[in-house]
Amino acid sequence: MSISASTGTLRYRPAQAEPESGMTQIGLPSHHAPGGPRGQTARETANDPVRLDDVTKIYGSQRAVDSVSLVLNPGECTVMAGHNGAGKSTLVKLILGLIRADAGKVTIFGRSASSRAAAMSRRHIGYLPETVALHPSLTGTETLAFYARLKGLSTDGNAALLSRVGIAQAADRRVGGYSKGMRQRLALAQALLGQPRVLLLDEPTTGLDPASRLLFYEIVGELRNAGAAILLSTHALAELERQADRVIVLQRGRKIADGSLSDLRRDAGLPVRVRLTVEHEITSAPDNWQRVGPYRLERSCTETTKLAALREAQTLPGVTDIEIEAPGLDEMYAHFLRREDH
Amino acid sequence: MNPTLIIIAKEIRDGLRNRWVLAVTLLLAALALSLGFLGSAPTGTVKVDPLTVTVVSLSSLSIFLVPLIAMLLSYDAIVGEIERGTMALLLSYPVSRWQVVIGKFFGHLAILALATTIGYGLAGITLQLAHGGIDFSTWMPFLFLIAASILLGASFLSMGYLISSIVQERATAAGIAIGVWLFLVVIYDMALLGILVADQGRIITSHVLNTILLFNPTDVYRLLNLTGYENVSMFAGMAGLSEQARMPLPLLIGAQLLWVAVPFTLAASAFRRRSI
Repeated sequence: MSISASTGTLRYRPAQAEPESGMTQIGLPSHHAPGGPRGQTARETANDPVRLDDVTKIYGSQRAVDSVSLVLNPGECTVMAGHNGAGKSTLVKLILGLIRADAGKVTIFGRSASSRAAAMSRRHIGYLPETVALHPSLTGTETLAFYARLKGLSTDGNAALLSRVGIAQAADRRVGGYSKGMRQRLALAQALLGQPRVLLLDEPTTGLDPASRLLFYEIVGELRNAGAAILLSTHALAELERQADRVIVLQRGRKIADGSLSDLRRDAGLPVRVRLTVEHEITSAPDNWQRVGPYRLERSCTETTKLAALREAQTLPGVTDIEIEAPGLDEMYAHFLRREDH
Repeated sequence: MNPTLIIIAKEIRDGLRNRWVLAVTLLLAALALSLGFLGSAPTGTVKVDPLTVTVVSLSSLSIFLVPLIAMLLSYDAIVGEIERGTMALLLSYPVSRWQVVIGKFFGHLAILALATTIGYGLAGITLQLAHGGIDFSTWMPFLFLIAASILLGASFLSMGYLISSIVQERATAAGIAIGVWLFLVVIYDMALLGILVADQGRIITSHVLNTILLFNPTDVYRLLNLTGYENVSMFAGMAGLSEQARMPLPLLIGAQLLWVAVPFTLAASAFRRRSI
């Protein structure tokens, strides 16, 4: 049996033994994340790393964030998607206490985000800003030392951290001479200082080369496994599909979707396509199936009827290959945005 | 280490790195030296120490230069960091906003103090060496000039911080900073002179004049230097004035400290309420 996954497509070749168990695997395409209940109602716990209750932020006449409730759970990577201006950065700034909410409550580790007490809690937060801005006259080592001291950390681990993000060889050069990728890596290093329990990454992968991007995902994965609550914001959702334990979609400041990928798929009700390749030329297609080529059949189903369709496919004679095309993140994202427009 | 100290150290390092300190030191030293040598020409062989004469001309020059340097240092201290995005990152750390402003301010003040002390100090030593040896007994007014210059710089730094924490854009901050500098350094005194001539001493008595002068840090600085020391006021031609115009030293220093403290407090409170 071999399963090869690419973006939005799962390919499954039926094996001789235990076809049933193979199917069940396909039935759960997204890895399931630990963590409490999600959705509109936020839990009542004081120790949530980050918690927003009905938060609204108004700029002039525009509601940049509109009654958003949200809890970030430890060990969960939440991807926040939305167009430019949907309120992603505003939300991150609210969590950091850089701006105050006009209504509602933002708490980090049980303390109001804009309070003085929260300033101390911020030592457990790592933040990667949307536009990476570092002091050009300092070297990489000095930059990291400056930020480590601000967090009250020793600078012993800094050299290791710099080589972890792959800029050890440039550590003693001034940041002003760094390339964009190197600056992004250094900025990531500062966000990782002191094993943060909350990681806020604002559009972290825009403009990164593939190598940096892979490294980035790897590090984020490690931190997630170590129990950090991670919030990643992006407008290119598909790229983060494998990172996302949970997806939030923002539109014009409102949260219009929140849940795991499979939750969202089910919720969106977008068709899943099952394609079969058969040995013999098809003369007449069976019920529910469409002939799309001499050796190929196709069927549209929903997330809920997908399993039934697969079982049926198993019973058809001469099937050599089954392909499942689930809606990609971008399609789903577009669907949610469209649905809100109506 | 305390976050404020970390930020002070970082600002000083920045100032040394981008050669601000070096440039300002050289500028001040060069001007002090040229004034010293040119200024001592008319005194000829009169037994006057070159430093004492230099204080008079140097204080007039510092009135223009030190505030300008302070404004250039401070106008983008807050708004510039916000625009570049470094402020958002800094405030995501466990530091409070007042620690950030105080740290940056004292860092900049240290840069200014360093440049002034070294620049003027070197010039002073060179002048004395050229006129036959070091004589520290005449250094008091000169040291006083350096201290007063730093205090003047601090007041303009503080105003620069106020501008920087209120406006939304760097360019606006630069414009306002130059405007404030021009008003306090040039226009204020010219306007005052015009009014005095027109008034012929009817409304504006020396007492009123004193009060008006206290409302401008550059005038406070002038008074501090020119009336602060007996010798200096004599060479400055202010001796005759001293009886009616002289204000007690503590009053002048107090006024100048207020010129540092008040704008700075306003700046800190504006920054505290600001959205980044």
